[in-house]
Amino acid sequence: MSQQMHLPHESVILEHQFPARAKEFGHTRAMTRMVLNNHGWRSDKVEDIVLAIDEACQNIIRHAYQGECDNPITLRIEREGDALVVVLEDQAPAVSPDCMNPRALDDIRPGGLGCHFIRQVMDTVSIGPSPTGQGNILRMVKSMH
Amino acid sequence: MEHHVREEQGYHIVTLTGEIDLETSPQARQILLETVAQSTKLLIDMATVTYIDSSGIATLVEAFQRAKKKGGQVAFICLNHAVVRVLTLARLDKVFTIHADIESAMHAEP
Repeated sequence: MSQQMHLPHESVILEHQFPARAKEFGHTRAMTRMVLNNHGWRSDKVEDIVLAIDEACQNIIRHAYQGECDNPITLRIEREGDALVVVLEDQAPAVSPDCMNPRALDDIRPGGLGCHFIRQVMDTVSIGPSPTGQGNILRMVKSMH
Repeated sequence: MEHHVREEQGYHIVTLTGEIDLETSPQARQILLETVAQSTKLLIDMATVTYIDSSGIATLVEAFQRAKKKGGQVAFICLNHAVVRVLTLARLDKVFTIHADIESAMHAEP
């Protein structure tokens, strides 16, 4: 599947669609950093947002698509007042909102940290079915301040 | 991601460079676990790692636990703020022994 990148209407600062494959993540991170840096976001906040997007895309591959595939992930980043809204859409069957619950950190073991990272670095996180009836929409918000 | 393994003053030093993510963490895992299997004193040099995600962190935790299980020493070299930030988010800054450079890691008390 070919990649699509758009810079559309005013509040949307990035729209990028890519196949649900790990090899796409490096490019997506680089593009997100470039766009957010160009919009004047502080580098530490940019890295937090990049991490949240990366972890959310991993969750889409693991839990929504059940593995790497050529089905699309759509990333959209918008400005909403002094906040940044990150929306990730897939076309997978509906997932339980429980998939975004972090595990306890007291047990030092590999794995299961992605949702914890997302909850730590973003101000609000919500997930639900797409209004089109196909796929899931993850919405994450981070204040500029 | 690139890697380099060498022995120096009784230590196995694994130097990782670049980004450790879902794509590259299997490679990092293989290198680290192979080195853990033949080492009792391991330094994981991530001074030139510029990004790490939860899959990379899982790899570090697995290598750390394998090394500890066989009674080995393991320490980490970390400089990049984004990498230290992720280790801190995972609360591993309180579990891992982290040094600023290889020299200080070699001269530290085990």
